[in-house]
Amino acid sequence: MLSTVVFWIAAALAVSGAIGVVATRNPVHTALSLVLTMLSLGVLFLLLHAEFLAVVEVLVYAGAVMVLFLFVVTLLMAGVKPPKEEHHLRLAYQTLIAGLFGLILFVLVLHSMTGAGWVGTLASPGAGSFGSIASFGTALFTRYLLPFELTAVVLLVAVIGVVVLGREQE
Amino acid sequence: MVPIGDYLVLSAVLFVIGGVGVLVRRNPLQMFMAVELMWNAVNLTFVAFARQYLDMAGHIFVFLVITVAAAEVAIGLAIIVMVFRKREHVDVDDLSLMKG
Repeated sequence: MLSTVVFWIAAALAVSGAIGVVATRNPVHTALSLVLTMLSLGVLFLLLHAEFLAVVEVLVYAGAVMVLFLFVVTLLMAGVKPPKEEHHLRLAYQTLIAGLFGLILFVLVLHSMTGAGWVGTLASPGAGSFGSIASFGTALFTRYLLPFELTAVVLLVAVIGVVVLGREQE
Repeated sequence: MVPIGDYLVLSAVLFVIGGVGVLVRRNPLQMFMAVELMWNAVNLTFVAFARQYLDMAGHIFVFLVITVAAAEVAIGLAIIVMVFRKREHVDVDDLSLMKG
C-alpha cells in the first residue's frame, strides 16, 4: 500500500532528523535537523487526515519557530566557538546515563502501550470528512471556542514578556 | 493501512530521543530544540489518537499546543539572549548564579 510506504519513509526521515538534533554539535545543523523532523511529521499528519495541522506544522513550526531559532543562533553564535562539550560535562558518564535513562523511558512507554493493546491496532476505518479543514474550523469555533479565545491571552502574555525581557538592562 | 500503534511507537522514539538530547546537550539553544522535538512527538500521539477515535478534540488540542509552544519559544529565546548576551561561551553549566 502506498500509505505504508509513505509512512515508513517519513518515519525514517523523522527519526534521522531527531538523531541529528541530538548528535550534532553545531546549533545550525541542529535546527536544520529539527526542520527535517517537522516536515516529516507534517507528512505523517496528512496520512492521519489532519490536513490543517499538517499546514500549521510546516508554516508555524518549520517556518516561524525555526526561523526564530536560527535568528537567535546566528545572534549568539557570531564569532563564538562552540564549547568543547566533553570538558564541560560536570557529571561523569553523562551521555551513558542519559542513554540509559532514555532506554528505560522507552521500555516503559512501550510496555504501557502494549498493555493497553495499542501496538498493532489498525486505525478505525471510514474517516469520511474527518479531519477536513471545514470540520476543524467547525469544532474550533463552536465547541472549543473558549480555549481558542484563551490562546489570545497566552499570546498577549508572551508578547508582553518578550518586550519586557528584551529591553536593555541597566 | 498503517497500524495506529506504529505512530505511537514512532512518537515514543522521538520523545525519548528528545529527552536524551535535553540531558546530553549543554548548549541552551540545542536543549531548547530537543524540547521542541518532545512537543512534536506528543503532538503526533494526539493526532494519532484523534484519527483512531475520529474525534476532532485531538486536533484542537494539538493546535493549542502549537500556539503555546510558539509563545514558549519566544519567551525562552528572549531569556537565553538576555542571559548569554555578554558571555563568551553559551553553556548552561556556566549559569551558577543561583548556586544550582
